[in-house]
Amino acid sequence: MHRIKVKVVEDALDANATIAGANRHDFDHAGVTVVNFMSSPGAGKTTLLEAGLRDLPVRAGVLEGDVQGSYDADRIAHLHVPVAQIQTQDGFGGECHLDANMVRSGIQALPLDDIDLLIVENVGNLVCPAEFRIGEDHRIMATSITEGEDKPLKYPLMFRAAELVLINKIDLLPHLDFDLEKFMHHLDAVNPNATKLVVSAKTGEGIDAWREWLVSVTKGAKTPA
Amino acid sequence: MALATSVVDVAVRHASGRRVKSVAVRIGGMRQVVPRSLEFYFEICGRDTLCDGATLEHEIVATRLRCAACEHEWEPDLPFFFCPDCASPDCDIVAGEEFEIESIVVEDEKESACTA
Repeated sequence: MHRIKVKVVEDALDANATIAGANRHDFDHAGVTVVNFMSSPGAGKTTLLEAGLRDLPVRAGVLEGDVQGSYDADRIAHLHVPVAQIQTQDGFGGECHLDANMVRSGIQALPLDDIDLLIVENVGNLVCPAEFRIGEDHRIMATSITEGEDKPLKYPLMFRAAELVLINKIDLLPHLDFDLEKFMHHLDAVNPNATKLVVSAKTGEGIDAWREWLVSVTKGAKTPA
Repeated sequence: MALATSVVDVAVRHASGRRVKSVAVRIGGMRQVVPRSLEFYFEICGRDTLCDGATLEHEIVATRLRCAACEHEWEPDLPFFFCPDCASPDCDIVAGEEFEIESIVVEDEKESACTA
């Protein structure tokens, strides 16, 4: 028995990229813009979605990703938008992120022909979701000021990947030691090209701008009056 | 776990039915892959596959940035995407985003040289 070396030189995530390409093909065919929405757990993604989707002048749908449970999907369903839930514990090993294959299974339950915008709420995690493309057009993230100013430097891959960063829970600023200027400096250092929106899903501050961003990226959608 | 599974899948596909003894991966400094965790999960994910018992060898590829304005290249200590020469924020990642399987070593019954 001999040992031989086989040259491979293949991206470890090529298989995921192939499925992401198939997803993208289906999204493009249906004319759907896809936004991959990421954050740490508890940054306020679902609450921001609830606020942003209310009165949104485009036909939107949501794909929820969680390790278990359908709590977020149930909340979104109250807005009367199409929503489907992926539970990664159900056949996907309880993974801490969504990958292209999971999204492919989830979109079967969504009426892609009847929506213009699909927001995929990824599993709350600042590490793995940034590693896996799902066939999206845009990657965005939320961070909350309770998480501290240093997060862009600790999770540069995530903050670098996001073209929009929602800085949520700004209503808590008077009660915290959070230094917004310092956070912006760290974010600029990692991703100077990111669009930044300071928001509060609770008070509504910045939500109009969040809604306008969603409209602006939706292919074929009318801009708000 | 998912990353380790991907490594095993690629290695098994290239092994063409032969038992894998080792897998060499290149991990860029920008990737948030922890080599020791990857090795741990590789061992678990490889069980009952052609990678069962195989070792994982890793090479870290240093992050290297290039300024689009003045073409200065440097290896950042911190993830600061500002050119240290001209302060431009317009920087490209030259190296550091790799996560690839470089090669595998397999057991083969036939005499053979390194295959491409």
